[in-house]
Formats: sequence, structure tokens, C-alpha cells
Amino acid sequence: MATQKRTVEVALSTTGVDAQGRPQRVPLVTADDGSPVAVEAPPMVEPDLAGEHMLINIGPQHPATHGVLRLVLELDGETVVRCIPHVGYLHCGFEKLGEYRQYNQILPLTDREDYLNAMGNNVGFVMSAERLFGIEITERCKVLRVIACELSRIASHLVWLGTTCIDIGAFTPFLWAFQQREYIYDLIEKWVGARLTPTITRVGGLAADIPDGWMTELRNFTAKFPNTVDEIDKMLTKNGIWVGRTVGLGVMTPDEATNYGLSGPMLRASGVAYDVRKDFPYYDYETYDFDVPVGTNGDVYDRYLVRMEELRQSVRIIEQAANRLPDGPINVDDPRVILPSKSKATSEMESMIHHFKLVMEGPRPPLGEAYVAMESPKGEKGYYMVSDGTSKPVRWRIRPPSFVNLSAIPKMVEGHLLSDVIAINASIDIVMGEIDR
Amino acid sequence: MGLTPRPEHRVVEYNPTSQEGWVATRLDFLVNWGRANSLWPMPFGTACCAIEFMATAASRFDLARFGMERMSFSPRQADVLICAGRVPFKLAPVIRRIWQQMPQPKWAIAMGACASSGNIFDNYAVVQGIDTIIPVDVYVPGCPPRPEGLMYGIMLLQEKVKRERMNDKTIRSEMEPDPNSKLYIPAPVIDELSEPFGNSVHQTRSGL
Amino acid sequence: MSDGFEIQYAGSALGNAPAPVTPRNVPNRGGDANPSAAALRQQFGDAIQRVEVVWGVTNVYVRPDRVLDIVRWLHDDNSQRYDYLSDVTAVEFRDMEAPIEVVWHLRSLPFRRELRLKAQLPTGKPLEIASVWSIYKGADWLERECFDMFGIRFVGHPDLRRILMWEQYREGFPLRKDFPLRGRFSRAEQLRQALAANPEARYSMEELSIADAFEDLPTEMRKRLQGGERTGE
Repeated sequence: MATQKRTVEVALSTTGVDAQGRPQRVPLVTADDGSPVAVEAPPMVEPDLAGEHMLINIGPQHPATHGVLRLVLELDGETVVRCIPHVGYLHCGFEKLGEYRQYNQILPLTDREDYLNAMGNNVGFVMSAERLFGIEITERCKVLRVIACELSRIASHLVWLGTTCIDIGAFTPFLWAFQQREYIYDLIEKWVGARLTPTITRVGGLAADIPDGWMTELRNFTAKFPNTVDEIDKMLTKNGIWVGRTVGLGVMTPDEATNYGLSGPMLRASGVAYDVRKDFPYYDYETYDFDVPVGTNGDVYDRYLVRMEELRQSVRIIEQAANRLPDGPINVDDPRVILPSKSKATSEMESMIHHFKLVMEGPRPPLGEAYVAMESPKGEKGYYMVSDGTSKPVRWRIRPPSFVNLSAIPKMVEGHLLSDVIAINASIDIVMGEIDR
Repeated sequence: MGLTPRPEHRVVEYNPTSQEGWVATRLDFLVNWGRANSLWPMPFGTACCAIEFMATAASRFDLARFGMERMSFSPRQADVLICAGRVPFKLAPVIRRIWQQMPQPKWAIAMGACASSGNIFDNYAVVQGIDTIIPVDVYVPGCPPRPEGLMYGIMLLQEKVKRERMNDKTIRSEMEPDPNSKLYIPAPVIDELSEPFGNSVHQTRSGL
Repeated sequence: MSDGFEIQYAGSALGNAPAPVTPRNVPNRGGDANPSAAALRQQFGDAIQRVEVVWGVTNVYVRPDRVLDIVRWLHDDNSQRYDYLSDVTAVEFRDMEAPIEVVWHLRSLPFRRELRLKAQLPTGKPLEIASVWSIYKGADWLERECFDMFGIRFVGHPDLRRILMWEQYREGFPLRKDFPLRGRFSRAEQLRQALAANPEARYSMEELSIADAFEDLPTEMRKRLQGGERTGE
């Protein structure tokens, strides 16, 4: 009887691939009695796995990119060979808008630009504006602004913490962090009425003074908040998964970090002890007793440690500020920028005209320019404004710390795995609103 | 879809010869009840409203009680696109593509003033309301809207979902853009919707 | 694992100088100039056009063609050590006759100093200035943004293309004063141009040439890209 040959396609795992990369087929021969007899398979050829690079796209809509960021990665297997970030998906023309707004009208724009640090941005803006106007604010205003900045810093770091934990896989700290943010929102809401976009400052002062009982609530918050930080610390800092996923990633040496213009916790985690509050102080920060955490390894884990410690130091600063809050007016007594009181404006002609001119035209600074930097949670934030004597600036420039920090990402992710890209991206603490403006 | 006028919902249409009976009504109720109470959101979060959306999803305001805690970041598995934040022109084709990738039934919520109308960003870079690009069902005003405001918008959407009827053939039709210009609504209408109004007209003067 | 990096302290070159304090009552003009201004004058002579102290910060106006040398000297010289670039930006004034200024904000962390360098680009000529990317890597995206918003070409930048607007953006350079706030085209036209991008064309030709992956794309995608379809970048 003639033997019948049947060829059967056998799975790759058993025989590998032939020289053309196709799965090898092992022909089965049936013997006379009908039982299959395997013919000796030709020698195996290992497929060439170190082949072409893959180009994948993350974003712009992606849960883990912290906003509308697009990363194009060239991958060799799972290792990143090159990363090309694309930004601009949230570009809203802030700087152009600023040229058409009076100085107090630019303030709501600053809230929406780095929306996690809204009060801090407000303070940073009026710091530059008051330098441009040549105004020295009152002591009470200074201390309240310091409290606002530090509350903002806590709020921003809490969002960073929550979203980084989600990216790396831990969901619970997100809920803890956002619950604490709700307490901060309650405080801000009692102060000015809004949660996320408070516009808390005005050129020369504040939008409103703190209501009665606010200080007690602030002290309650600062008394209980460190417990949450301790809880999150206990959960993450010595956690094997957390440490395994963050140690050694995205290392930037101190010289590289300085050269790339990094700032804030990114720079300090790399071992460069530069904090604008200590080195170019503002609002009497040199009189507050606080420490600046500095890391030595420059990796994601160090950035996490730096930010956790900054949370505790911010609480320290707030407590000191709350203890030293002096009484007095919050607005400087300067008619060039401060509106007259409503009772005067409705009864005296000069005050009414003054009110009218300030509202319609806006305060006008002398010719000049000012750039005052502040330490935002993301890094060195500064507003550079140029005045030509009119009530609207000629140029309003935002020095965006996240923009410059993000430009280092191609350097940081080379050689790491795909999932590390997400962790490194999270550690930069980017806010697309600030990057794209 | 969001721009075609819907029939007045308090008017009950009674057609004696229609075949819609008790079963169809119950089926409508069941389907709509199921859809409304498990709307899986696709959070297209761009800016500050995205943070308020996250706060709405967090413990204090808790979207899970609406069945919306499962954020689907893949549009293929989502029911409602919540556009939270400002959409610049560079992002416009992306949101359009994500809307097209969502399977019917789908709804869209424009959360915040920026998604509804462009808000304070009346300039060269920002789309003046995403309803010029995709059909919107519910607009939630606010900058950013409070979590309670967003929840009210979601509840309004739930009411809208519950009013749908299966024998209304037009309701789940996919709107196709004009192939040349890729616009859903005619260009003059877009220009009219995007016109500055109120105070922003005067703020283009610089100097003074 | 190594011990980690050695910590570099800001102000390390100042020795036992007292800790910095919050500046008070900063004058409009005048005040102490940054010592680097005098050092620059000595080193570069007439490449330094003007020195002004405005609200406490020293502005040094330099000749545009000498910018790279000056910045390199400020970075490398041991008595200056401006190792940190805060910002690169440009200012166009409302007066049509006034030149566009390119502004660099430099910081010396060891000396705790701040300096503002400015170069005025004359009107009428194409806007070009040297790029400081070779000295500060942080200038990469800052200069790209300046190009995107003002149209200033930074000579020597490795990859000067638009960063905030998409690359085929045709309306112009947004932060110029002759660019209207709402753009030059009508809203419908702006939408049309924006929506003409196909986000699923996914990768620009440049990215594909980087990855040498053009041949591996599906035929349909290759046809789309060769047909000029843009990703919206």
C-alpha cells in the first residue's frame, strides 16, 4: 500500500522557524497500518529576535501621561531606545492674552495655567507685578501669602502623589491624598469662595482677608495632615514593589540637571541644593525655620522622598506663619493700585473718579521690566513682565518649570523599559497647563 | 445630535395605530435604566476641570454611586465622553477621532466653560466650544464647575438617556462630517457661535 | 550601588557670606549692579552696548553677533560660573520701530547671582540669533518655543521646529504684535485646518526616518503619508 503523506502545521513552539521566518512544518507520514510516523525534522533555526525597532505612540489622550502629552517611543523589544515628546496639545495662548489684559485681569489666567498650584501662581504673579510697580506690601499680606503658597505646595504634591501612585499601580493613596485636598479646598473656599481657581491675590494686596475662625481650621488641618503623610509613608517608602519600581530609574547627574535647567524637586533629588526660597528669598522666607530635602541618587525614588519631606516642611512653615500672623491691613495704602473703599467711592467725587479710572484703565506701572522667581512645587517659576507705562503689559512671559523639566525626558528614559517610562514621567510632576500655556 | 432640537418632552405622542405596546415601553424603560445607571465615562481631561473631575471621582463626591467609577480610557468601551478642560486646535482632531471611535450609544458632556464655549480663551489657539467639533448633550458651566455641578450635569444626562425611545430611529444615528471640510455644522454657524460677545469684544484693544 | 552624588550647594563659591535676605524697597533704576556686568565690560569691550539695573536686576545689552561668545564665557569662566539658564525669550514692543529683543535670564548658583542678557534684533532683517544649546541643554525647548511664537531662528539649534503649534501651522507667529489675538483666519477656517490632520497617520516622516521604520508600515499608511497627510504635529 502506498504511504500517504500528510503535512500538518505544527505550532512554532515545537520546531522554531525556518530560514525565511516561517513556521516549520513537520510532515507526518502514515505507515502501512495507518499510524503516523514522524519524519525527522530539519534542524531548528532560532528566530532572530533582536530585530527591528518598534515605534509606539503614547497619548495625547492617555490615563498615565498626566495631561495631554504625546510620547513617541522607539522600542527595542521593551527597552526604550529613543523618546520624542510632543507638547502643545494644551496651548491656549496665555501669553498673548496677557498682552490684552490689565494686571489684575491677568490674575485669573495665572490660576488656570498651573492649576494644581493656583494660589502659588497668583502669589508669583503679583510678586513680579509689585516689583514692577515698586510696591512693598503689608506684613499681614506677606504672611498670608506665605500660607497660601505653602497650602498650594501641599495640594500640588498631593495630586502628584495620588496620580503617581495610580500610575505605578497603587490606588489607595490616591483616595487618601484627594481627601486631604478636599480639606484644603474647604479652607480656600472659606477664604475666597472658589476651590481650584481662587485668584487669591491682587496687585498690592489680597482679594479678601481670612474670615473669623479660619485660623483655627487651618491649625486643625496642620495638626491632622502629618498623620496622612505618615500613613502614605508607611505604605510606600519601604514597600518592595514601590522601591523596585522606582529605584535607579531616570537618573540625572547634578551637572546634567543644572545644565538642562531642571528645578525644584527634580534638581534637588539629583543633589543640587538650590531652592529659590533659600537662595533668592522672598516674603521673609529666610526668617522661617525649615529644611530643604536634597537627594543624592537622582532617581525616581529620591524625587518621591524629596516631595514627601517637602510636605512635612510645608506644614512646619504654615504653623510658623500662623503663629506670627500680625494684625493690620492686607492691602497696601497705595492709591495707584488699590481701589478706594466702597463707602468712599459712593460718597466722595474724587474717590468715585479714582475708582472709575482704576477699574476702566487699570493700574499703570512705570516703564520697566521685572522677573521675580518663586519656588513653585514644580520648580523655579517666574513671571517676566515688561511694561511700557500703559495698563497692559507689553510682554508677559511665564517661565514654566515643568516645560524645562520635561525637556529632559528623552535623556532620562533611554535604556529603560516601557513601564519605567510611565514612572519617570510621573516623577517629573508635569502640569500640561504650564507646559503648553 | 446635541444640536438638533429634540421634541418637547412633556408632550406625550399618542398614535392609536402604532404597534408600540406595553412590552416595548417596558423594554425601553429597562434598557434606558440600565444605560443611565452605568454610564462609563471616557474622561477626556485636559486641564483644571480634569482635576475637579478627579475630585468628583474621589471619596467625598464619589462618582461610583452613579455607576461611573469605571473610567474607561479606551473610547471603544466608553459610553459618555466627558470633555473636561480647554481644547486647543491642535487637540481638535484628537477629540474628533476619539468621538468617532466610541460606539453607539454614546453621549458627550462638555464640562466647564472652556469645553462649552471657549471661556476666557477667546484667541487663536482654542476651540470655541467643542460643540463645533462633536455633538454635545449636556453643558456644565463653571470654571471649574463644582463637583456638585458636574453631578447635576450627569443627572441631567441620565434624564436625557431615560427619555430615549427605541423606535426613534434618528436618535442613535452617527453624525457624519462633511468630507471636504470635516465640519459637522456649516461654517457660518461655527463662525457665529464663536463670535466674541460681551466684554471680550472690547478687550482686544491693547494700550490705553 | 554607589553612595550617590556629592551634594552641590548653591552659594558654594561665596564662602562665609551671610545668608541671602528678601530684597526690600528695590529702586526702579540704579542700585548695585551685578559684578558680572563690569567683568563683561572688561572682557568684551564694546560688544557690551549698555548696562542698566532695572528693579534690582542687571540688564546687559549685547551685540547679537557676539552672544554665543559672551554666554560661553559667562558659563565657563571661574569667576562667573553662570551654570543655570532660567529662560530664553523674546520681547516685541508695541512701537513698530523698536527692535525685537531676545532675553536670556542666567543664574549663577555658586555665586547666587542673577543676570539678564539682551540682544536687540534690528527690524527689516530676518530674525536670527545664535543658539546657546551647545552651552545649556535646557535651551532646547525654550528656543523652539521662541521660534514658534516669534519666528526667530536660532542658528545652531539641532532641531528647530514648532513646539506649541502644529508644524504645518499657517497663520503665522502668534506672539508677534501684528498677529491679531483671534488669529488671522475665521474660526471655521481654523477648525478646517486643524481637523485636516489625521491623528491616525500617527508618525511624522521625521520620526519614521529616525526609527528607519517606514518600510514596515502597512501599505495603506505608507500611501497616506506619502500623499502628504499630516499627523497634526
